[in-house]
Amino acid sequence: MNDMTPIKATTPKDWETDQEVRWCPGCGDYAILKAVQRTMPEIGATPENTVFISGIGCSSRFPYYMETYGFHTIHGRAPAVATGVKLANPELDVWIITGDGDALSIGGNHTMHLLRRNLDCQIMLFNNEIYGLTKGQYSPTSRIGTNSPSTPYGSVDRPATPCAFALGSGARFVARGFDVSKNLPEVLKAAHAHRGAAFIEIFQNCIVYNKDVFEDFAAPKGAEDQQLWLKDGEPMLFAKGLKGIALDGDALELKVVDVVDGDWQAAGVIVHNVTNRSIAHMLVEMRFGEFPMALGVLYDDPRPTFNDAVVEQNRAVSEGKVADLSNLLVKGQTWTVADGPEL
Amino acid sequence: MATAFKDETGGAEAPTQSEAVVIRFAGDSGDGMQLTGGQFTLSSALAGNDFATFPDFPAEIRAPQGTLFGVSAFQINFGSSDITTAGDRPDVLVAMNPAALKTNVGSLREGGLIIADTGEFSQRNLDKAKYTANPLEDGSLAKWQLMAFDISALTLESVKPFGLGNKEALRCKNMWTLGLALWMFGRKRQPIIDWLNAKFAKNRVLADANIAALNAGHAYGETAELSGPLKQYNVEAAPAEPGVYRTVTGAEGISYGLVAGAQLAGLKMFFGGYPITPASAILHHLARLKEYGITTFQAEDEIAAIASAIGASYAGQLGVTSSSGPGIALKGEAMGLAIMTELPLVIVNSQRGGPSTGLPTKTEQSDLYQAIYGRNGDAPMPVIAARSPADCFNCAIEAVRIAVRYMTPVMLLTDGYIANAAEPWLVPDMDAYKPFPVEFMEHVPESGRFLPYERNQWGGRPWVKPGTPGLMHRIGGIEKAQNSGHIDYSPANHEMMTKLRKMKIDGIADDMPEQDVTLGEDSGKLAIVGWGSTFGPIHQAVRRQRAKGQDVHHIHVRNIWPLPRNLGDLLKRYEKIIVPEMNTGQFKTVLRDQYLVDARPLNKVSGQPFTIAEIEAAIEQALA
Ligand code: SF4
Repeated sequence: MNDMTPIKATTPKDWETDQEVRWCPGCGDYAILKAVQRTMPEIGATPENTVFISGIGCSSRFPYYMETYGFHTIHGRAPAVATGVKLANPELDVWIITGDGDALSIGGNHTMHLLRRNLDCQIMLFNNEIYGLTKGQYSPTSRIGTNSPSTPYGSVDRPATPCAFALGSGARFVARGFDVSKNLPEVLKAAHAHRGAAFIEIFQNCIVYNKDVFEDFAAPKGAEDQQLWLKDGEPMLFAKGLKGIALDGDALELKVVDVVDGDWQAAGVIVHNVTNRSIAHMLVEMRFGEFPMALGVLYDDPRPTFNDAVVEQNRAVSEGKVADLSNLLVKGQTWTVADGPEL
Repeated sequence: MATAFKDETGGAEAPTQSEAVVIRFAGDSGDGMQLTGGQFTLSSALAGNDFATFPDFPAEIRAPQGTLFGVSAFQINFGSSDITTAGDRPDVLVAMNPAALKTNVGSLREGGLIIADTGEFSQRNLDKAKYTANPLEDGSLAKWQLMAFDISALTLESVKPFGLGNKEALRCKNMWTLGLALWMFGRKRQPIIDWLNAKFAKNRVLADANIAALNAGHAYGETAELSGPLKQYNVEAAPAEPGVYRTVTGAEGISYGLVAGAQLAGLKMFFGGYPITPASAILHHLARLKEYGITTFQAEDEIAAIASAIGASYAGQLGVTSSSGPGIALKGEAMGLAIMTELPLVIVNSQRGGPSTGLPTKTEQSDLYQAIYGRNGDAPMPVIAARSPADCFNCAIEAVRIAVRYMTPVMLLTDGYIANAAEPWLVPDMDAYKPFPVEFMEHVPESGRFLPYERNQWGGRPWVKPGTPGLMHRIGGIEKAQNSGHIDYSPANHEMMTKLRKMKIDGIADDMPEQDVTLGEDSGKLAIVGWGSTFGPIHQAVRRQRAKGQDVHHIHVRNIWPLPRNLGDLLKRYEKIIVPEMNTGQFKTVLRDQYLVDARPLNKVSGQPFTIAEIEAAIEQALA
């Protein structure tokens, strides 16, 4: 390797592989792939230092389409593999690609612990509220009543809320976007800029098994009324500024308020502070319908990462010690057998 | 080896000469018997004896006091000649309470010595041990020699000056007993005193109290000598190869072997583990060796432990994981991933009694099928089995060598017995080991095309660290096309890749030693074929039977998969084959399958190692 080679700026094309992309035509995954390929040059990433690690599911084919290092692992285990990769080489830029079943069902344990430990990486959870690759069974994020081959009379169990799960697990960065959103690259950039585990839920349209379940907020028509794009330091306004989110101090919950004449302060609209964990808890729990869908960076408050702590401890406890195996083997009590006539 | 312990009457001043002695310390789990045994082992080592130990403790951490299932025991066989087992039957049993006496006295050699603490033989404790009458008084122990006295009271007396509470004072009982044992075998107290001083460095009073108890026990031996069967024995030092020795347990041997293997390969090591008995000790050892370039990671579960190790191997370190049967079962799918992505990995299985939770603290060899076959798909994987604590070191190095050369996961088998047992170990000279440095691919090869699944002379594929410019590629568990590594489901490709993976593993047989005959000749009437920790009892049994003129030979297989090239031919040169195993006949079945030989089973699944006598009986029967 030649350290003197200047880092060449990349273009989105440089991040594409020669592999034929094999998602169903019209699948939301295509848009996400494009958004990622567009984002990589902008964040100054280098293909050789980037690793995409996925589990199993439609979304987990993602690494094959990125001209980087890639590891398509086994169902649910991408966070665990990623932990080994990052600890073995903390210089690598690690992206985990997972889905609702992969990350929250079979791999829920690993997702929780990766977030708790705060491994420095990006986790992109493609939430399509269905098992696509296995042909349409309901998933842990499917809404109650979802009809699927495994729930022909409708599902009866309550869905998980990925961002609430992440926050509850100790995540220090939680964001939301959706496949065709023009804001997705901005969300990805913010996630990448966050040092630590950055959790991004991306609503993704599975046009075959769960078509348009997110249309009520993702459709361009009416988007203004249904999407609340959060920006740090700015008031939580939507519906062209005619509505906002305020805190109901008595009930200790959020409420939608009308903003008259643009005077959002008078309406009590909250200014988004990405480091406010209490508000973040409320934002991830906002019920869509009664509220708009909270999108963008919901929470971003870094703290020391797991990999840094491991590296630092390895360094600190090794300091001043010599790694001499021959010495190690004779540590403690030993005895010597001299050359004797009995041999 | 235990038979030479003689009971001579009279002549109390002259220590009785013994070739080997088996002593078992048994007490409540809270009595510190493992500690006592460990320190007695150390004193045997320092006296130059050869030895083997067998710690036997309950699965419960704090079993209710005085109960039969709460008994913890430590057996050591030490002597002046080659010792390879912990001994069939103890010559001396130290019983700290009725439950310990009840669960252990049955295995005591007839005429052997019982040392019992009368202070613990209260009605309450007798009831707990389900004795209807006090065995120390009702004559039921007549076959043995009995030395019963109030160790509890003597201990309390000896530590009185230190003002400990009753409970704390009684805790010193084990040191009092150790002091007595040291006296019996003419051992020096100083190393134990040094150890106590270090152990209780932060608590002077406890250090002094324990030392006082140790000294009191020792003094008691001298004064009580006149009365009864308690006398001194002299066990000469065993002849041994010259050099520096230490004691080693299997867990230590594995840990040091992995460190050595990583160094010989020129790699840093990543160890992903999850707590499980009896494998955790390896994680504990390695966690303290960070200066050797080792990162240890206690994962959230067994699957994450292996998956993180695979991730680390992918990133260019030596990935290692370890567990025991139930954990190994959970790792199965990930092993398949390592096989499919052809990444190096070492998986240590410290076997225990199964299935399911089974017998967590007892030993068994019943994961052999799991090791060889226990994955979905045609998933061949090398398997190596260590025969003794000291052998673990070399086996671990060999596992690392095979893993990195052939780009494959390797399973290293030990068991609960090997993991915990200690034996003397001639400390190896690291300069005698040939390094096998790993060469990562760092540039596009001469051919001008980088092919992630192109095979080298070993049948392995290139190891490329992420971060290497120009060699970006994708791997995964989906079937890969030969050379390009692209996804390829085509029938012809899968057939070819399945064969290539098999050929690669089979080919390792050309790169490992041929099977030797451990003891005996390469043909004859009867071969005893063993693997793993049955080494000791098989070896002694064959040696004794050969001394009696029997045509019997010992073959001990270390490379379980692939098997040594010559093994089939070798086995066919014996009229009879017996395979002793601590399972219901797994290796026997493998041998029959591979070589169509009439291998006969000799099985034991009681959670205890074979005794020499059991194997001798099988030999005598087969040759009768
Ligand atoms: S099944 Fe659904 S999620 Fe999967 S590729 Fe097709 S559209 Fe996309």
